[in-house]
Amino acid sequence: MRDSYDIMIVGIGGQGTILASNIIGEACILEGRTVRGAETHGMAQRGGSVESHVRIDGKFGPLIAPGSADLLIGFDLLEGLRYSHFLRPDGKIVLSERLVIPTSVYVQGLAIPTPEELIKKLSRLNLTLIRAEEVAKEAGSILASNVVMLGAASHQIPLDESSLVHAVQRLVPKKTIEINTRAFTLGRNVGPGC
Amino acid sequence: MDQRYLLGNEAIALACLESPVGFVSGYPGTPSSEVIEILAAHPDRSSYVEWSVNEKVAFENALAAAWCGVRSLVTMKHVGLNVAADPLMTSAYTGVTGGFVIMSADDPFAHSSQNEQDSRMYAKFAKIPCFDPSTLQEAHDMVKDAFALSEELGLPVLFRPTTRICHSKSNVTVGPVLPYSGKGEFHKDPRQYVVIPAHTRILHRKLNEKQPAVRKRISESGYNQYHFRGKRAIIASGIAAAYVQEIIPPDVSFMKIGAYPIDEEWLAGFVRKHQEVLVVEELFPVVEEAVREVAGTVTVFGKKTGHAPYEGELSPENVARIMEACGFSPAVHYTSVQPVPDLPPRPPILCAGCMHRPVFYAIKKIFRDGIYPSDIGCYTLGLQLGAVDTTICMGASITVGSGFSHAGEERDIVATIGDSTFLHTGIPGLLNAVYNGANMTLVILDNRTTAMTGHQPNPNTGCTVCGGLSPQISLEALCRACGVPHVETVDPYDMVMLTATLKTAKSLPGVKVVVAKQPCVITARRAGVRRGTYRVDPDICTGCGTCIKFGCPAIEQQDEKAWINDLCSGCAVCAQICPAGAIGREGSR
Repeated sequence: MRDSYDIMIVGIGGQGTILASNIIGEACILEGRTVRGAETHGMAQRGGSVESHVRIDGKFGPLIAPGSADLLIGFDLLEGLRYSHFLRPDGKIVLSERLVIPTSVYVQGLAIPTPEELIKKLSRLNLTLIRAEEVAKEAGSILASNVVMLGAASHQIPLDESSLVHAVQRLVPKKTIEINTRAFTLGRNVGPGC
Repeated sequence: MDQRYLLGNEAIALACLESPVGFVSGYPGTPSSEVIEILAAHPDRSSYVEWSVNEKVAFENALAAAWCGVRSLVTMKHVGLNVAADPLMTSAYTGVTGGFVIMSADDPFAHSSQNEQDSRMYAKFAKIPCFDPSTLQEAHDMVKDAFALSEELGLPVLFRPTTRICHSKSNVTVGPVLPYSGKGEFHKDPRQYVVIPAHTRILHRKLNEKQPAVRKRISESGYNQYHFRGKRAIIASGIAAAYVQEIIPPDVSFMKIGAYPIDEEWLAGFVRKHQEVLVVEELFPVVEEAVREVAGTVTVFGKKTGHAPYEGELSPENVARIMEACGFSPAVHYTSVQPVPDLPPRPPILCAGCMHRPVFYAIKKIFRDGIYPSDIGCYTLGLQLGAVDTTICMGASITVGSGFSHAGEERDIVATIGDSTFLHTGIPGLLNAVYNGANMTLVILDNRTTAMTGHQPNPNTGCTVCGGLSPQISLEALCRACGVPHVETVDPYDMVMLTATLKTAKSLPGVKVVVAKQPCVITARRAGVRRGTYRVDPDICTGCGTCIKFGCPAIEQQDEKAWINDLCSGCAVCAQICPAGAIGREGSR
């Protein structure tokens, strides 16, 4: 009976996970499909780890069970790894190469994780790494990294490219429509399956 | 009718505008806060909207409007209902003439709360109807029905969404926003509105006499439904009903409870057609207890048999596990997977440049062996800096501090409280501490906003939720009026003055107040405040770790030396605490 396509979008509070999941939700509305989503608000936003769940064609609850997500989009290497167990065995992960070391690591004197070791721990998965910030700069603003990531993952998402682009244009601030549209396209060009 | 992708709280707010509501009040609290923000910002709003100073105040304001025949909404989080419990209990006696909906958002798993209480129990306690949505569409539709039901029965109606309703999203069908054009008018009736003993005894009997009609209308509401499919059944409520519906096998009967009180006869009719019944609900066993009362010889599984938890929130996978444990094979099997072990945590943290951090740093330095009662707000994160010893509920930093003082504790007591929390329930505690001669220091962390819940304005901000200017209040004058003899205000970015001010407070007897004043760094940035950023001179840095332990997210460690990243907001506190003088303004060296 499970007939939804389940996407997790993870990152750090402030990186734009909510906007990315809203774009997917809006694209579902444009295509007349049902959708469910869940996100982190409140205390968890203050620079903490955040997760958005989006279930395309979802008709029941908003939460994705661990081991059952079809796609994981990560805006930070460490956060991608933290939520990687949510993926189903044949799921795909599209991950930004960015790594922000949690302040707790320095304060508590923990071992500082390196990109290489985090990527190594993800090697068993169907992983694509994206230089999201570089691509976003090329599009016109580093702030569009989240839309770059969405573009890069978009080949996997069972929604029309035109619906996603239309949703981007509906939801981003007016002044940034051009940059974000370019960010989506440039992201799409470097994503897996293009 | 329009299909939109909405946040739960947005669907709830739009339903209020469709009803239409005439009066809205509340106090911010996750996960309820967005409802008032969305209503206040809506271009087609015609209702009155306010952030009140606390939930009791909000409740009584909205109740008065409902007494005037105005459709009224009051919003809060579950613990806010404790603050508003006094008027709640008696408002059921007086009743209302305008529809009165009390939104109390519950937070199973305490995502952003100090406990996991269940507001459905309050509805039972107060003898009023309660709606408990399982989907966003239902949340939207229930709000509209709640206003109508409240008017019909003359009773307040409790609306209890949970975090997974308020902060989840879905396609929702919404209707047109209607203008509210009514004008409140209070009709005097002392026997209804003056609850002296002679009146209230009669009002209580009338409330009890209403209960059969309440049960009947709840049954007719359509929010409690069942599908009869076999000899075994699952009964679920709230968001748990959505999880069950996704994985229930086709030969198992299903009942969804979305409205209370449940009609016993109707429930018994369903339960007794089965041999085994599993009840799945979050927090208190409200439905389970009702089922057990009518179950007779039917086997009932749930919390009381140890199959379902009393605490935390449910999820698709733990609902599946509960079903398996009771022999109800779920239609979907979730594989058991574990997260990658030993990853460094990334908890929420005070922002770079947050004014709370230097205050905690200085308190720990000056009151080295002190006790630090604190309160509810962003600054509870001072726990990570070792400067928060207690937090129980809004306003309790001051009262716990004075309690410690009178209990015989001889260490220095330094309480911390935010401006919004101080105005919420801090003032009576301060008055009490002075009146009864406590020895303590209170630091009011005055960032001029209710930051943690999303920067809602309060009487200290100078504006209202709808953007109107409000009179400037003086925290210092308020404290002095409470009888505090020593009140000093200090800029927390100025470490020399901050330290000196705390030292003075330490040297004095009685209740001392220090107001540490700086705008929240997020609101300051939004308002266009830009300070120069700072950098570490690696040739001077000794790698002593003082700034690292300060815990600012802008300060990183590279090759045993400190390094400042682009999160720096220029507060300059790290430059003042660096023992080597290695940190300076960018470009100044």
